[in-house]
Amino acid sequence: MVADSSFKIVIVDESPIRAAILKEGLRDAGFASVEHISEMHNLLARIYRIDPDVILIDLENPSRDVLEQMFQVSRVVRRPIAMFVDQSDASSIQDAVEAGVSAYIVDGLKKERIKPVLDLCISRFNAFAKLQDELDRTKSALEDRKILDRAKGLLMKAKGLTEEEAYVLIRSTAMREKKKIGEIAQSIITAAELLK
Amino acid sequence: MTDTPLRIGFIPLVDAAALIVAVDKGFTAAEGLDVTLAREVSWSNVRDKLNIGLFDAAHLLAPVAIASTLGLSQVKVPIVASFNLGLNGNAITVSPALHAAIMAEADGDPANPMVTAKALARVVAARRKSGADPLTFGMTFPFSTHNYQLRFWMAAGGVDPDEDVRLVVLPPPYMVESLVNGHVDAFCVGAPWNSVAVDLGVGHILHFVSDILERAAEKVLAVREKWSLEHPEVLAKLTRAHGRAADFIENPANRGEVSRILGAPERIGVDPEVIQRTLDGRLKISPDGTFRESGRYLLVGREGAARPDPVQAAWLYAQMVRWGQAAYSQEALETARKVFRPDLYDAALGASARPAHIVRDGVGAFDGAPFDPANIAAHLASVTIKRPPPK
Repeated sequence: MVADSSFKIVIVDESPIRAAILKEGLRDAGFASVEHISEMHNLLARIYRIDPDVILIDLENPSRDVLEQMFQVSRVVRRPIAMFVDQSDASSIQDAVEAGVSAYIVDGLKKERIKPVLDLCISRFNAFAKLQDELDRTKSALEDRKILDRAKGLLMKAKGLTEEEAYVLIRSTAMREKKKIGEIAQSIITAAELLK
Repeated sequence: MTDTPLRIGFIPLVDAAALIVAVDKGFTAAEGLDVTLAREVSWSNVRDKLNIGLFDAAHLLAPVAIASTLGLSQVKVPIVASFNLGLNGNAITVSPALHAAIMAEADGDPANPMVTAKALARVVAARRKSGADPLTFGMTFPFSTHNYQLRFWMAAGGVDPDEDVRLVVLPPPYMVESLVNGHVDAFCVGAPWNSVAVDLGVGHILHFVSDILERAAEKVLAVREKWSLEHPEVLAKLTRAHGRAADFIENPANRGEVSRILGAPERIGVDPEVIQRTLDGRLKISPDGTFRESGRYLLVGREGAARPDPVQAAWLYAQMVRWGQAAYSQEALETARKVFRPDLYDAALGASARPAHIVRDGVGAFDGAPFDPANIAAHLASVTIKRPPPK
């Protein structure tokens, strides 16, 4: 893919990790001029200074409404800005919104030139969401692990069991009661706290 | 029979009350609707998700519904509103410094918006003479009542909102901080942000917007016109549930419960006491503890507020023309008026007589002749400060 390196792209995102992922992807695709704005104060002034061709913003950012003002004050902007090049491309808009990104594009840029930016953006946003999801799952697995260790410790102390025996007891109880190991471990901790 | 699933977007504001109560008190479930409420962070998100069909309905700024229908600056998606979620509800808050400056220049009762608007004009002139930066006012969206209310007020006093001051869009949660750090000198916003500024001692509520306009459509329950034609029964059920919710909210005996429902973390997520102030129309307006009460601060269902009134749609369209957002045409005026659908409201909730004491022209602006929705050219001819139509 030969990207247009003359584009100036601004990424407005409060997540530094996602912005970095996006920036790297855009650079790899040949877009040389990519800037990241993470600070939301005086957003319009910063954007006017950079004067980008494309603005990418995370949908969870309330400052999206601020960008809408650029449609209204075209006297101040060098060129008027429109979101999405034309309204016939509803599926692209839907894909972008579902991925959590919105694009503002300087009027006059051809759709074919924007498409690769938007597609790349959508895939990067989706990749980030997957990463975030994995991170969350790892975190909760770690949390379960900690709870299990505490429950094992309580059983070992209360009943004079080895670690292996404590674990077998928790596991068999979970199987008998059709519950998760983590839930049984949590109830052991809760019970121990109540009995303190 | 299984319930009809609906996904509805909202912004955490007190004027989403009828929607939130309709769902959380089970009025929608009683109609066989299984509603999921999606909390959003920006009006652009609400509008786009409604327009592309990710939402079936939405809590939407009334002017955005009109702008979307007319295709102003955005993808053109016709919207209809069968239920008005609220009239009024905003306030203008100014920094202590600007408050003092306006009070020093006020020639007459500062509760009168004309007195403060003229005082503002003198403050602006003095700043210009001394070479100070123009005053900056925050509002929530280019197509918002906040924008038009601020402009209507200051222009009446001779201040040109595009030449003499700066008007900037600010997300409501950033308003107070921006007032503190001096990025804005004043703002117009809905609850609870005015109260937050007063409670922190960083702002004075100068006016309730109901001082400027007695009846301004603020937020509507919006659906795509296409969707309304495909699902007329579902829309009628949804409208009916909202009618029940509005009645529930307007019963003073329920205010405590309503405030708790709205204050929940996954809904508006603020102290129920602050929410109740807005519903009661009794707000602390000054850091010194002065309170002010108004029977029409925010109207959710009483005084016929919930029935969409095309006169208010016409007024909003007239403001879009006045400030250069829309070109005037009789056809566009008609299209704008038809966004508000009292017929759908009546079909769902039964026609009711218009309360007798409502201001005659349906708008009640503090300045100018009565508003005639059939002749907005006369309204525009009567004002001197305005913009040329867009190119």
